[in-house]
Amino acid sequence: MVVQALKDQGVEVVFGYPGGAVLPIYDEIFQQNEIQHVLVRHEQGAVHMAEGYARSTGKPGVVLVTSGPGATNAVTGLTDALMDSIPLVVLTGQVPTFMIGSDAFQEADTVGITRPCTKHNWLVKETEALSKTIHEAFHVATAGRPGPVLVDIPKDVQFASAAYQPKPAVSTRHYQPQVKGDMEMIEDLVEAIETSRRPVFYTGGGVINSGPAASQLLRELVEATGFPITSTLMGLGAYPASGKHWLGMLGMHGLYEANLAMHGCDLMINLGARFDDRITGRIDAFSPDSRKVHVDIDPSSINKVVKTDIPIVGDIAHVLEDVLALWKSRGRKVNREAVDKWWQQIEEWKKVDCLSYKGSDTVIKPQYALERLEALTKGMDRYICTEVGQHQMWAAQYLGFEDPNRWMTSGGLGTMGYGFPASIGVQMAHRDALVINVAGEASWLMNMQELGTAKQFELPVKQFILNNERLGMVRQWQQLLHGERYSHSWSESLPDFVMLAEAFGCKGIQCKDPKDLDDAIMEMIRYDGPVVFDCLVEKHENCFPMIPSGEPHNKMLLGDVNATNAIAGKGAVLV
Amino acid sequence: MSALKIKKGSSKHSAYNLRPNFSDVTETHTIAVLVENEPGVLARVIGLFSGRGYNIESLTVAEVDHQGHLSRITIVTKGTPQVIEQIKAQLGRIVPVRDVHDLTVEGPSVERELALLKVSGAGDKRVEALRLADIFRAQVVDSTLESFVFQLTGTPDKIDAFADLMRPLGLREIARTGVAALARGA
Repeated sequence: MVVQALKDQGVEVVFGYPGGAVLPIYDEIFQQNEIQHVLVRHEQGAVHMAEGYARSTGKPGVVLVTSGPGATNAVTGLTDALMDSIPLVVLTGQVPTFMIGSDAFQEADTVGITRPCTKHNWLVKETEALSKTIHEAFHVATAGRPGPVLVDIPKDVQFASAAYQPKPAVSTRHYQPQVKGDMEMIEDLVEAIETSRRPVFYTGGGVINSGPAASQLLRELVEATGFPITSTLMGLGAYPASGKHWLGMLGMHGLYEANLAMHGCDLMINLGARFDDRITGRIDAFSPDSRKVHVDIDPSSINKVVKTDIPIVGDIAHVLEDVLALWKSRGRKVNREAVDKWWQQIEEWKKVDCLSYKGSDTVIKPQYALERLEALTKGMDRYICTEVGQHQMWAAQYLGFEDPNRWMTSGGLGTMGYGFPASIGVQMAHRDALVINVAGEASWLMNMQELGTAKQFELPVKQFILNNERLGMVRQWQQLLHGERYSHSWSESLPDFVMLAEAFGCKGIQCKDPKDLDDAIMEMIRYDGPVVFDCLVEKHENCFPMIPSGEPHNKMLLGDVNATNAIAGKGAVLV
Repeated sequence: MSALKIKKGSSKHSAYNLRPNFSDVTETHTIAVLVENEPGVLARVIGLFSGRGYNIESLTVAEVDHQGHLSRITIVTKGTPQVIEQIKAQLGRIVPVRDVHDLTVEGPSVERELALLKVSGAGDKRVEALRLADIFRAQVVDSTLESFVFQLTGTPDKIDAFADLMRPLGLREIARTGVAALARGA
């Protein structure tokens, strides 16, 4: 029944790991060929793979794991998906209903444990309710602001039989989030667009989650108005990096011009972003002179941290369609003269060239490695995943994303160990594409066991590890905040990554000379199979620009100029 | 032009939301939440309050529509206007939550609570307790030669006042239901 329901939902791939409490479902999987099961090496890997699959396709990712430890190992991935609004349906086995509460073998209160880290969850106690619950789960995971859901299925419920309820017969109850924006508010927004002198679009992951139409409409609106646009880490790709109105990413490690545009604007149009603390910096000094528009499908995001002048609850694509239609019908007006002046100011900021760094002939600078990776893979059918840390920020700064759904990174939760399994999930959905995981050596080791999965399913994922033998971002903070006392932030006893790859039957490449880098990257791309690329980089490079904690956007640190103890006072307690 | 629409968030004094959104003044609000009566729904609501650091002053829950599987949760909470707005938005986001009403701003409402108070004593004190109970219209629901159990319904303030009076007269135990509230009018 479970497998039938998954088929009806159009599921093609399930990431999972068997165990005692899910054996009946695995027995069904064994007897069919329509759904492919990817055997992972750790349940956390399964959830991140499903996230990668979901983010690169727009379809919900499906996970199947057993009770107890299977479910608890999935918790990090669930929390990650909740923070980043990724649709997942996670099925967990549970001990039989008559044993629940008896501390049975591999029993855990799965719905209790996962309640705060799922959008919704269910414990199915009767087989009659099983198919209906699974269909409902898919609806809840994908409707409105997407998120992970979990269905806990006791073993006796899996064994028993009941009448199957097909998908259309199941009513999706009362959970129907609002998608159309309030027309009065949209009128206010159009009026603001017409009169604004220093506007900026600030877009987030909501544009990507809304679907390809939202990105298309966004591009049309940006081109037509000529307004500058910046994006959060999660929203990269919604507007192309090659677009002429693109300012680059904003936020703590965002570009100088993007952050100053946010600080100095008089109209901020937030589309599907949530004023995260990595974006705003100090709240009371955040973009002091602007009217703020916030379009979000989740009413609780609006006015949560920043007071909004024009709140619009709705789906980005629907709202943008209405905004465009109204703006056009009113004569496509903008304050061209003022906006041109605003652009002149932005061009001044761009001259600062905040991403410049000191090059080297002897060691590979991490920024250089990413610049070369970008140059050599540009234009390819390319998907990028990352782990979490300095390399993640450099990847966001130095790689260009032309399309949505091409960039998979753990934004909200910041989960080290996300990227490798996510890249496997992406490759499962796009077998012929070039899938690269930009990693740090420490993050990558957190889920390195999935090399087995990559090998087993012949998934040619490229693990591009910027190896500085440090927890780079931790080291950077210790330098800036803790008087250069580098407490436990170096990677001791690292494995030989080439031998490690070979031990799993994969290819390993090591590169430490900038002169060899291009050839080594091309070798990685050409190899048909999983590759672990150990790129030995400068060990003490810091990630700039940076807004120190507790500071507003216009107090950015640029480059390595005397940055020691840059974070002081109130900012020190912030993370 | 469109007719005047009274939006959520409007106060009882005006159709427009005139309250400052980000003021530091703490307000007490009574929020009624209509939920689907399914396992764990109360845990979701309580988990939201503890997980996000909101206050619960009082909470009551009971099924109100057996056929429709609906329960009503009445929560009295304290916070700045911004926090109150967040609480309502966050509650509305929970999947089995059907409706959220802020009774404090949506118009006049009645709030009632029921309490049982055990008072023991003898002589004058016993007589005085009974006399005060009469003034408060509390009913005696159990009596021994040394004790009474009073049942009292009213606003939380009234119950507080009665409990304060009973304390020197031998108040032993008190059980309160928490606030149930309904909007006035049709």
